[in-house]
Amino acid sequence: MAASMSTPVSAPAISFEDVHIGFDEGEILRGVTFSVRERETLILLGETGTGKTLTLKMAAGLLSPSSGSVKVLGQTVSEMAERELLPFRRKIGFVFQEGGLFDSLTVADNVAYRLREDRVPEEEIEPRVLEVLRFVELEDTLELLPSELSGGMRRRVSIAQALINQPPVVLYDSPTAGLDPITSQTIITLILRLRDEYGVTALLATHRLQDGFALANFHFDLDAKRVLANAQNGNATPATSTRFQVYRDGGIYFQGEPDEMAESEDPYLKRFLV
Amino acid sequence: MADTPLQVTGRETKPEETLSVVEVMGDAAKRMVASVQDYSLLSGHAMANIFTSPHYFQDTLEQMDFIGAGSLPIILLSGFFIGAVMVLQTGSQFARFGQTSLTGDVVSLALVRELGPAFTGLLVTGRCATGIASELGSMLVTEQVDAMRAMGTDPNRKLVTPRLIAALLMLPLLTAIMDFIGLLGGCASSVFSLRLSAVEFWRRAIDALDFADLMQGFTKPVVFGFILATIGCYKGLTVRGGTQGVGRATTQAAVLGSVLIIVADAFLTKLSLYLADKVF
Repeated sequence: MAASMSTPVSAPAISFEDVHIGFDEGEILRGVTFSVRERETLILLGETGTGKTLTLKMAAGLLSPSSGSVKVLGQTVSEMAERELLPFRRKIGFVFQEGGLFDSLTVADNVAYRLREDRVPEEEIEPRVLEVLRFVELEDTLELLPSELSGGMRRRVSIAQALINQPPVVLYDSPTAGLDPITSQTIITLILRLRDEYGVTALLATHRLQDGFALANFHFDLDAKRVLANAQNGNATPATSTRFQVYRDGGIYFQGEPDEMAESEDPYLKRFLV
Repeated sequence: MADTPLQVTGRETKPEETLSVVEVMGDAAKRMVASVQDYSLLSGHAMANIFTSPHYFQDTLEQMDFIGAGSLPIILLSGFFIGAVMVLQTGSQFARFGQTSLTGDVVSLALVRELGPAFTGLLVTGRCATGIASELGSMLVTEQVDAMRAMGTDPNRKLVTPRLIAALLMLPLLTAIMDFIGLLGGCASSVFSLRLSAVEFWRRAIDALDFADLMQGFTKPVVFGFILATIGCYKGLTVRGGTQGVGRATTQAAVLGSVLIIVADAFLTKLSLYLADKVF
């Protein structure tokens, strides 16, 4: 399955070039440039309202930048019309902060939504839905409605929904926001598994630094089938890497490796480390 | 100029920020033009989607059930009493000239041409345009519409077009039921209060109608269905301000939908009378 997830492009999976975006109340992002390599996870950190969610929505083509270019999987999404973007978005998984689940559909129907849109035969849908729900350990919730689930369970269903057609890129919008530490850990473990088992490229917006360090310092061991700490001499899975990017005042304040972030003496960055 | 306690520190109040009446009116006019443009685009896309694939038949059937079958009780109850009250009001006038048998003609013409479509439009707008606006508004504020787009589904095709098709099909049917039940109410009222024969009432009611009356009576609900579905969807999909905004959008959908139906009714009546005169 992992093989089918890899993208054929050699260029960065996601790249932003001098991107500006603003609304009536002013410009939120002013000239942001960065890129994310294949199988890399970029952690977007920043206070509320600094443009983390906007970045994710621009990467999915849900919002257009005021200026600049956004490229995902070799396509310039910032120049594509909505009609072209609709089929393209099927290559991108998006985990919304509140789950973004359809409250009138059961868990099974929510997860199967994309497949039904693609007119996949019903006999093929059921095993695939069960497979991804087993992945997020929610195979017993098939017939429940989203309102009957806890916040953490809804987030896990949302991950299953994003995963159903094996997208090469997944965008996570504050996946652990408002969750207790244990549930947050479950979500991070799922993200680790998705990265190490399926090899997805990810953009993860969060205001919890510990999420980023968990992704940087741990990996999911496919043989042991559990999360293990990385070896001291480097990442245990060299194909994947995790980097941090901190937003402040409409721009990128810091960009770098987890070690640089952890050892930084910058007072603003230290506020995240406390 | 000194900062007020509510001002952001360091930002001075500019005297020119005080907008003149002309500027305020100009801004309001621009917003209105932009709204009309957005509404036209949404309606145009929804109409165009009817003729292109993919179609959401299941969603359309569900909406037909919501708009059609769901509105049946209020249509039946209102229709009966509208017919009955018309006979009571007109019968007393006809009684002065000894022409109570004409009540069948009047009730039939008024119901089929005007009251049936208008009351159906207004009642279904009150029930369904508000329901559509609140449902779509809630979906928007809980990111379900964005989730839909993120999964490669066109929200207009999935949410607006099925509601539009359902309203276009259901409103004429509901109007036909409203007309029939109204005549039944009128008949009951004639028999019990004016001592008219039921057979005489029905004969006159049916004879009074021309093809042009039926054309008028069944063209109007199609237009009213278009108005209530598109206004409900437009207000729902342009919600601003969370759950409070959903409440506001729901009220606006009812008010704007009803007003537009009454305005459209006047123009459609004039057009129908002109066509009846020239064509039929």
